[in-house]
Amino acid sequence: MVKKIRVLVAKPGLDGHDRGAKIVARALRDAGMEVVYTGLHQTAEQIVNTAIQEDVDVVGLSLLSGAHMTLFIDVALLLKEKQMDDVLVVGGGIIPQEDIPGLKKAGISEVFGPGTPVEDIVSYIKKNVKR
Amino acid sequence: MVEKETIKNIREKRADWEKQKYSKAIQENPERKPKFKNLSDIEIKNLYTPVDIADLRYLKDVGFPGEEPFLRGVHPNLYRGRLWTMRQFAGFGSAEETNKRYHYLLEHGETGLSVAFDYPTLYGYDTDHPLARGEFGKCGVAISSLRDMEFLFHGIPLDKITTSMTINGPAAIVWAMYIANAENQGIKKDTIGGTIQNDILKEYIAQKSYIFPPEPSMRLIVDTFEYGFKNVPKWNTISISGYHIREAGSTAVQELAFTLGDGIEYVKAAMERGLSIDDFAPRLSFFFNAHNDFFEEIAKYRAARKIWAQEMKKLGAKKPRSLWMRFHTQTAGCSLTAQQPEMNIVRVTMQALAAVLGGTQSLHTNSMDEALALPSEKAVRIALRTQQIIAEESGVTDTVDPLGGSYYIEWLTSKMEEETYKYFDKVERLGGVIPAIEKGFFQREIAESAYRYQKETDENKRIIVGVNRYKLDEETSIPILKMDEKGEERQINRLKKLRTERDAIKVQKYLQRLRKAAEGDENLMPFILDCIHSYATLGETCDVLREVFGEYKEQAIY
Repeated sequence: MVKKIRVLVAKPGLDGHDRGAKIVARALRDAGMEVVYTGLHQTAEQIVNTAIQEDVDVVGLSLLSGAHMTLFIDVALLLKEKQMDDVLVVGGGIIPQEDIPGLKKAGISEVFGPGTPVEDIVSYIKKNVKR
Repeated sequence: MVEKETIKNIREKRADWEKQKYSKAIQENPERKPKFKNLSDIEIKNLYTPVDIADLRYLKDVGFPGEEPFLRGVHPNLYRGRLWTMRQFAGFGSAEETNKRYHYLLEHGETGLSVAFDYPTLYGYDTDHPLARGEFGKCGVAISSLRDMEFLFHGIPLDKITTSMTINGPAAIVWAMYIANAENQGIKKDTIGGTIQNDILKEYIAQKSYIFPPEPSMRLIVDTFEYGFKNVPKWNTISISGYHIREAGSTAVQELAFTLGDGIEYVKAAMERGLSIDDFAPRLSFFFNAHNDFFEEIAKYRAARKIWAQEMKKLGAKKPRSLWMRFHTQTAGCSLTAQQPEMNIVRVTMQALAAVLGGTQSLHTNSMDEALALPSEKAVRIALRTQQIIAEESGVTDTVDPLGGSYYIEWLTSKMEEETYKYFDKVERLGGVIPAIEKGFFQREIAESAYRYQKETDENKRIIVGVNRYKLDEETSIPILKMDEKGEERQINRLKKLRTERDAIKVQKYLQRLRKAAEGDENLMPFILDCIHSYATLGETCDVLREVFGEYKEQAIY
């Protein structure tokens, strides 16, 4: 039997916009993945701890408040620190084009903006999951 | 609204038309879709005639603007007298930066202010709180104390301009800052006007910037109602909001039903406290979304006015003003596309027109760049100009409720009303609004609609120009807002300085008094005002209440 891809959908920081995170969580589940959704208001430590405990293959971060350059990067760095380099990290939200190179450099593999079909996220994860 | 005999004739003729003309026409030009539905999933007929509104009695069910059931408007002469307030939601970075934007907007013809706060402020944290990390000034302005409020409104005449503040969990505290700032300038409380959003129920349901559990939150809200009508009589002490419910993914019907349901809940809570409905009801206001389906939105506003008037009467309101459903509208942020962003100007224009044809009292038009970042100066000016063009050039303001009497609009208005009452019944069966929130009813309903909308878009059943059709190979790019990078440092320094300069003993004394009052059942507004006047910060004041009231945690449902 093929192991199911395990994904943590996480909402870092104070942002309350959870429409996208919930849609993506549901779409990934419908695509046959095992999804854990953190709920709102998570610190980087909480997200990384959950990722370790749940032994996930993918962390999907969602943020629409504009604090992605701090909060996404916090999570990516902490994952590295905990030797979780083989976890695929992706992000989505209201993210200007010019911020994307910086996020990628920090370890966010891909960034999905408004208007992304959920199918694109599903296939990206399937293609790029590292473990 | 038409005689029975005529209705009978029209019904017969319509059947003939359907059989002879329409069926032939669709053989030649088959319909583009098997069914035509609006965003609330209501099926739209090919044609509306007097038959569809045969049950409506004009005088009783529709009536005149300024008269019950207020379906056609709360004011008899609407925009012929005074245009809606052009009120652009704005805030970013520090108080100084946002103050500059307010002056810019006012210079360009804006007629009211609307404050967007950053996330730490919305949750009642000061800028230097650990949980505020990365969020300073990002999606609104950071206001940690009365000092910041002074900078925010520098040079703005608080007795002349009205201000709306999108603040909920800590609404009472931020309102106290506004009042205190006015008082310090020698402006009397009873002359200032504006709105605090102060609608916690939709926070639990959709927007999620709550702090305290429902019970103490409702207490704080009723405290502001009571304090307001006694001391700040021109202030709208709540803006019962469907906007965020819609942005979270609800349909128009759900937005309408959940919002009015929340409104009724607040009225009941205030009456349970012993307040008289006609004392506080005139200061209740509403806030709706203007989404893409043009006629559906117009019908929504019209239905909202009628349902509210009916329900307020049932609750015992006697003053006509208590029956008024006055509302602000914002065009739908969630409808903006990051692709070909200039096209958002067109979307916003149509959405804004729907709000005006629905009789809005004030309006925010989104800027074209808001699917990417906070709006640039140019983008926000175009958004404001859009309102000015509708107001000054289009002619839609020349008569009151211009679409009244349209068979389609009147039918749809009635249909929205009917669907709303179905939701009222469902919520009633769940034990009321708060039990329904605790059971996750609204959250599930909204998540379901949001998922359906996304699926329809992904499957190309719903066309979004530039997103799933008419795409460009090379995306256009537009310049976006750059914030002052030194803002956060300046803000934190100001906060540190404030904490050393103020009278610490006085601050502690007032915070202690607030704690005692919170443990009892007195109205907390005077105690909060004392804290704020002594320059207790937002975080300090909120922490006292957090300790007494506890914090709300939601169950994550998707």
